[in-house]
Amino acid sequence: MERTLEEFMAQALAMEREAVERYTELADAMETHNNREVAALFRTMAGYEALHAQRILDDMNWVEAPAVPTGAWPAMEPPESVPSDEVHYLMHPWHALQLALAAEQRAEAFFGELARQATDEAVRRSALEMQAEEHEHVGLVQAWLAKVPVPSSDWANDPDPPRYMD
Amino acid sequence: MNDHTIAAPALSAANYKSGYKPIWCPGCGDFSVLSSIAKALAMLQLPPHEVAVVSGIGCSSRIPAYTTCYGFHGVHGRSLAAATGLKVARPDLTVLVTGGDGDGYSIGGNHFLHACRRNVDLTYIVMDNHVYGMTKGQASPTTEPDWDNKLSPGGTGIRAFHPLVIALASGASFVARAFSGDPNGTAEIIAQGIRHPGFAFIEVLSPCITFRPEQRNWKTAVHPAPVGPTDDPARAARRIMSDDGFNIGVLYAGARTPYPLASGKATRTVQDLAAEFAL
Repeated sequence: MERTLEEFMAQALAMEREAVERYTELADAMETHNNREVAALFRTMAGYEALHAQRILDDMNWVEAPAVPTGAWPAMEPPESVPSDEVHYLMHPWHALQLALAAEQRAEAFFGELARQATDEAVRRSALEMQAEEHEHVGLVQAWLAKVPVPSSDWANDPDPPRYMD
Repeated sequence: MNDHTIAAPALSAANYKSGYKPIWCPGCGDFSVLSSIAKALAMLQLPPHEVAVVSGIGCSSRIPAYTTCYGFHGVHGRSLAAATGLKVARPDLTVLVTGGDGDGYSIGGNHFLHACRRNVDLTYIVMDNHVYGMTKGQASPTTEPDWDNKLSPGGTGIRAFHPLVIALASGASFVARAFSGDPNGTAEIIAQGIRHPGFAFIEVLSPCITFRPEQRNWKTAVHPAPVGPTDDPARAARRIMSDDGFNIGVLYAGARTPYPLASGKATRTVQDLAAEFAL
């Protein structure tokens, strides 16, 4: 798909914003279920993604970006959005970081593919810059992951489960 | 990089979300449907005070409180009746109706048929997870007959209700299926449903990861409908009856004349109405 630089940056902005929205939604859900540690982690991730979005707006001197057409993503959602159904109310920071890591890796691969496909030199250069940034984020999340404990195998056991158990 | 600016739209999706945090289970598909509704309203730039969201009872029926629009969280199964009254009285409002499969197809089943038949200009969004989630996992009208669980061992053995065909046969003039895991696609479909004059029925497959964790696999099962919408109900019925239940998109968009609505001007005062309730 041919893209102008503006269209490319609008897509990058949309990806960051959707990631902010998803992390915020997950942080709210975890707070509601009193999983404060994971809520704080998702909130922090939302903050990082919001900074990235703001930087794109600043770089482009935009108040708002052009709309991104339907079908712009390789899957149903932008690559940096954590799937909303892969969370659990008892999840640990380790699980949350695994999701964040996968999201950053998808974003890195996405920009790499866009750079490979780009026919416009400015788009190719920007896509490579974005890919390098996402690669850096992958490293940061991996470093963070190394600092949190791996949950025990019974992490999802709830003595008072919401679900009817056998 | 460039020196021109693009004006921000007056209303963004965030303008339609209230400060109340949903109490749904983390991972519930309804989070994304809420987001899709907000995005659809932002696409259409409808001021929140010109939109009403009406619901019945159930997990998904909590949606009105999570929006900044006018809301009515009503009686179980009666959301369409309340919404019909509201739209007839205030045709100037955009009225969305939200709920789940139990509320809409079982407790509210009769209202569903007649709302389709009347073709009042409403947009009915049903978050279908094939289970009663709020009451802890009983089989609902759309549950598969062989869904084996402690509450219905071996399954109910009862054929599942087919809401899209029922809607079509009853006269709905817009019939669509969406998936919560595709929030942007769902937003587009909701926006189309709102724009459509008449009763728009949108079935959103919205997994209940607590009682039906296997529904996480829906994201690999859904696919775009292979053809665009038709305005021929017989053709739409054949397509819907023979699809695999995971075709996503607008499946039918007819041109039946909507229920005629009077002008939005009130002819009676609130005091007149109150006087009629005086004993």
